[in-house]
Amino acid sequence: MALPQVKQDATDARLAALTMPEGSGWATAAREDALARVQTMGLPGRRDEYWKFTRPDLLTSVEPKPAAIFANDETPLFSEIDRVRLVFVDGVFDAAQSDDPALAGVEIDRLADATQTDIHWARDVYGVLEARGQKPVERPLAALNTAFATDGVMIRATGKAKLPVSLVYLHQSETSDAILHHCIKVEPGAELTVLENGPAAARFNKVMEVEVADGAAFHHVRAQGRDHERQAVTHIFARLGTESTFKSFTMTSNGIMTRNECIVELTGDDAIAHVAGACLGDGDFHHDDTVFITHDAQNCESRQVFKKVLRNGATGVFQGKILVQPDAQKTDGYQISQSLLLDDDSNFYAKPELEIYADDVQCSHGSTSGAIDETALFYLRSRGIPEPKAQDLMVLAFLAEAIEEIDNKAIAEDVLVRLSAWLERRRKG
Amino acid sequence: MLEIKNLHVKLEEEDKQILKGVDLKIGAGEVHAIMGPNGSGKSTLSYVLSGRDGYEVTEGSASLLGEELLDMEPEERAAAGLFLAFQYPVEIPGVGNMTFLRTALNAQRKARGEEEMSAADFLKMIREKAKTLKIDSEMLKRPVNMGFSGGEKKRNEILQMAVLEPKMCVLDETDSGLDVDAMKLVSDGVNALRDAGRSFLVITHYQRLLNHIVPDVVHIMADGRIIKTGGKELALEVEENGYADILNEVA
Repeated sequence: MALPQVKQDATDARLAALTMPEGSGWATAAREDALARVQTMGLPGRRDEYWKFTRPDLLTSVEPKPAAIFANDETPLFSEIDRVRLVFVDGVFDAAQSDDPALAGVEIDRLADATQTDIHWARDVYGVLEARGQKPVERPLAALNTAFATDGVMIRATGKAKLPVSLVYLHQSETSDAILHHCIKVEPGAELTVLENGPAAARFNKVMEVEVADGAAFHHVRAQGRDHERQAVTHIFARLGTESTFKSFTMTSNGIMTRNECIVELTGDDAIAHVAGACLGDGDFHHDDTVFITHDAQNCESRQVFKKVLRNGATGVFQGKILVQPDAQKTDGYQISQSLLLDDDSNFYAKPELEIYADDVQCSHGSTSGAIDETALFYLRSRGIPEPKAQDLMVLAFLAEAIEEIDNKAIAEDVLVRLSAWLERRRKG
Repeated sequence: MLEIKNLHVKLEEEDKQILKGVDLKIGAGEVHAIMGPNGSGKSTLSYVLSGRDGYEVTEGSASLLGEELLDMEPEERAAAGLFLAFQYPVEIPGVGNMTFLRTALNAQRKARGEEEMSAADFLKMIREKAKTLKIDSEMLKRPVNMGFSGGEKKRNEILQMAVLEPKMCVLDETDSGLDVDAMKLVSDGVNALRDAGRSFLVITHYQRLLNHIVPDVVHIMADGRIIKTGGKELALEVEENGYADILNEVA
């Protein structure tokens, strides 16, 4: 079916401005397939149902909206964590600023290098999980990423990784438009933690495909940079084997446009998937969490925990779905999305969905939107806690359920410190 | 310690006068009790003193150690030495009991220009105080009042009082929802805090709490005023005859 003219024009214009990297070796076929998908689907438009609450314009335009460089006065997150840093500056790997990848005790290759060698596992992941994730809902910006990604890393863990792999995204150009694509394979019984932080670019399109094999565990903690003007669209595509674990947590503070999609397929029995997020938004902040979890095996557990604190006209969006296939008996699904609106001007749009075809299933979901509990606030104040501090305590308490999803206590504590600092700054501002 | 003069209070939302001229003077180290039928304004008095929203003072004043209370924010009143033990202690999900108490104590100390207490000293202090109130470490770790029974909540109020060491304690129907053993435990906790420099205002429906926390002065409140004041024997009189006789006598 032909695309609507507006969509066709926008897609053509954007694609005309992009060049597929040369010498992509085995990835060339995957890139060409992905390009064909983008051409068929067209880029997201304002009329698309899946983009009802988030205007895709900033993410689909030919040129990115310039984003001022933000001078961060804080020690970056994860600084206290023993890790292997892989640094990208405006979407380009910077070996000089990075640690020796070998220290992580896992195989790490740069995308461009990997495509020149016959890495079997990567061929089975690159663009493959993304393509699977295009049904039943289209995700054209992810296909665009597969087609045009200029850099990224291929990480394969065959045992317990010695150190977490920390992807650090620095932003130095006000007009950078970065497209990164990472592939991760956690082999049977292996364990890997991936950390991500930093603003990355003026505009950032990132895809992470994660294959978690039987009995393997993957942990992911990410903090999206405080740079307010950056725009980002990210996708995580994960496929989980039997008795595997996938846990992903994202902290977002600031950002005029962030769309984080997470697509998880539980394909082996007894697998566990937890996806969580805590975000703090002020003013023209716009943050969208779109999650799609498919249960396609028995006795699996999935949790979605998303908390948003919004003030001063900020907007939060949550679209979360649990799809339980006919054979996915004994599924345990949980989904909660909540917003704390600190004033009357802020907005929260939630679209929780359950679609269940199995009959022996436990699924619960809830979505709330509310102000700070005045009675509790008074109780705290009556014990001598000044109002701003009491309010912060209440806000952090609200976010606690999401932060508790981080298994590593040191990282959870660090995240809490950042969130407190954000609240503190807002009080002064 | 506490001096209330001709206090008139109405509800902000509706034009309803609740307190119609309350006069009360509590000296240092004294324990006063206020008794009265439902709707007499007892709880309103405690809320107005602590600074809760929704009430408008139309006339009169209240001072603590010479400082005008009614102009202060709730947290300033607390730092000045006022403590209200709530009739219905509030559950606060996500805020740990220990964090709450330590934040409160240090906020008060800071407001008074005193040094903050270290985590180690605080831990030692709270463990001792919790022990006498039979509050175990598990209760201290839980979020404030979450999953606490009625008795546990009231014990937690007294623990807060013991930690914050206020000068003027207002107990709003602390006996409600308590069984005999819990009432004994709570009363012992309060009595242990009785001190020449600390005063209490005990608001209650029933005389039984006053067997445990023996007051120096008993006031009877009705229709927004204190209509009779006497010694502890006044509470016994109420217990035997109800409020009707006193109300008739005054009328």
